Amino acid sequence: MAENRFTGTSSYIATDDLMMAVNAAVTLERPILIKGEPGTGKTQLATEVAGALGRPLFEWHIKSTTKAQQGLYDYDAVARLRDSQLGDERVHDIGNYIVRGKVWDAFESDIQPVLLIDEIDKADIEFPNDLLRELDRMEFFVYETKQLVKARNRPIIVITSNNEKELPDAFLRRCFFHYIKFPDKDTMGRIVDVHFPDLKKNLLREALDAFYQVREVTGLKKKPSTSELLDWIKLLLAEDIPPEVLRSGDKSKAIPPLYGALLKNEQDVHLFEQLVFLDRRSRTQ
Amino acid sequence: MLTSFFYMLREGGVKPSITELLILLQAMQRGVAGQSVDDFYYLARSCLVKDESRFDRFDRIFAAHFHGMEDALRALASELPDEWLHRQAELVLSDEERAQIEAMGGFDKLMEALIERLEEQEERHEGGNKWIGTAGTSPFGAHGYNPEGVRIGQQGSRHRRATKVWDRREYRNLDDTVELGTRNIKIALRKLRKFAREGAADQLDLDDTIDKTARNAGLLDIRMIPERHNAVKVLLCLDVGGSMDDHVRICEEMFSAARSEFKHLEYLYFHNFVYESLWKDNRRRHAERVPTAEITHKYGPDYKLVFVGDATMSPYEIVYAGGSVEHWNEEPGAVWIRRLLNSYPKAIWLNPEPQERWNFTPSIKLTREIMEDRMFPLTVGGLDDGIKRLH
Repeated sequence: MAENRFTGTSSYIATDDLMMAVNAAVTLERPILIKGEPGTGKTQLATEVAGALGRPLFEWHIKSTTKAQQGLYDYDAVARLRDSQLGDERVHDIGNYIVRGKVWDAFESDIQPVLLIDEIDKADIEFPNDLLRELDRMEFFVYETKQLVKARNRPIIVITSNNEKELPDAFLRRCFFHYIKFPDKDTMGRIVDVHFPDLKKNLLREALDAFYQVREVTGLKKKPSTSELLDWIKLLLAEDIPPEVLRSGDKSKAIPPLYGALLKNEQDVHLFEQLVFLDRRSRTQ
Repeated sequence: MLTSFFYMLREGGVKPSITELLILLQAMQRGVAGQSVDDFYYLARSCLVKDESRFDRFDRIFAAHFHGMEDALRALASELPDEWLHRQAELVLSDEERAQIEAMGGFDKLMEALIERLEEQEERHEGGNKWIGTAGTSPFGAHGYNPEGVRIGQQGSRHRRATKVWDRREYRNLDDTVELGTRNIKIALRKLRKFAREGAADQLDLDDTIDKTARNAGLLDIRMIPERHNAVKVLLCLDVGGSMDDHVRICEEMFSAARSEFKHLEYLYFHNFVYESLWKDNRRRHAERVPTAEITHKYGPDYKLVFVGDATMSPYEIVYAGGSVEHWNEEPGAVWIRRLLNSYPKAIWLNPEPQERWNFTPSIKLTREIMEDRMFPLTVGGLDDGIKRLH
């Protein structure tokens, strides 16, 4: 059991509750559903779990048009029809036209794999319901070849959701659930640390202060999250911005340098500029 | 011991299922949690709670059970539910506001003060002063929803808003009936489907292809067919601003569900009641208005008309010419809504106000009469009933 425990990696800081949820899912071989603000490392988690436990990773990215069936297999009827017209020998074996999906690939893996089902809420509202049996029993039936595909090793399934749609109860009941809450300053310090080990301490402190100040501004359409902070620090380092520039002090509401990495839409930038304007005006009066 | 915890959770409103409890027990048997209480807490939360807005509730029940503090649970039942606050993030009271309520002599006093204030406002309204027109506080923006809208409104109507949050009846309504989320609304709206094939032929019609190929002596003859779409046409009229600020959240959910469910969805806004013109873009409500007569011309009678509004206003706004709070209307609102109802035989009114209050608000009674009783509460059940009337 010991080697099966996930405790975070050199590039991913996992909190205690996240570790517990992941380990419970690994031990009981049940799916784990991850929710949280965009940019808090939901998708990253699957990669890190696979890396830490030394498992192959299969990624299934969901789009609004994705059907549950596509994860299992596709029957390429058109290719078969074409081959029959051309008199190809392959046409006699229907198996030649069954195209495997990600779930099938994961089920066939020789060692227990990690299967990522990314952004499940993007798909049609019935999508999770169509996968209930597959996730529960870890098997499905290929009607064309009358073949039952059963997982050799029950994969560790990581499912992420951005909360765009509510997921059905029957589906939720089969999963472990974890909500990645926004990291506090200490955790954030550790996260930045593993990404930028040589960062000067005072720059980090100033950057974090400025970052949390931006997050505290009410009315932002999209609050900057961990991934935006990491991008921003990368830019600060590349531009060699000295920590003094970030220091807040009297111009507390001033726009931080290279704000494009933190604020992602023009309304937010506009809101910020207004705050700066108001702040200046109140100080001159 | 976990059984009693399980039932406590169910009583406390977290509602875990038996499957989930079994998974938790299984996990403990396999030694996932180890010995520490923290571990057990994380494991139990991950197994039993599937919605982050219920975490807080779970925390409190957990504390109550594992420290033997039965009282805490009892307090939980009567206290202001955090989850409700959570869902209505815009309406959360600050400490300062709580203090204000206290300073006014508590909740009952506040209610009295409120009623007085409202009455006073009505008098002033008769005098022609347009006190209710909270222009710009609209909850709906270009894409139908503007979360900032509420915050602007907050400055003017803090007290009224505060009562809403404390209002226990409203909370019970939310908790006891089916929770109205986007998903539930969508499933309810699905009953209003009428499939038809139209548009570009982009799907392979397998049956027809086989048939034609066979007739073609085995030479491939591919037949295409347009995809099936929901052909129902809906004209949605939403009340914005003023008293509707309290229902922003639910209207937003209703709206976003409707937008993804119907291909032919036209939406228009009004304030309190419909008059000779409505508007499509709430930010330009004064510049770009659509005459109501033009709407009935443009959208045929096959459209289904759905009003969403609390119908809470002064009755003058419905029955008198010049009753509108925003402008001088030549003809009363009742005349205009009857014209709309004549053009669209299939029409309903969805009201986010709790149904128990309908009889106490004259304007709601009046609107219901005009709608020939086709007013339904904006809950999953109400939506279901309403959609039956639209068929």
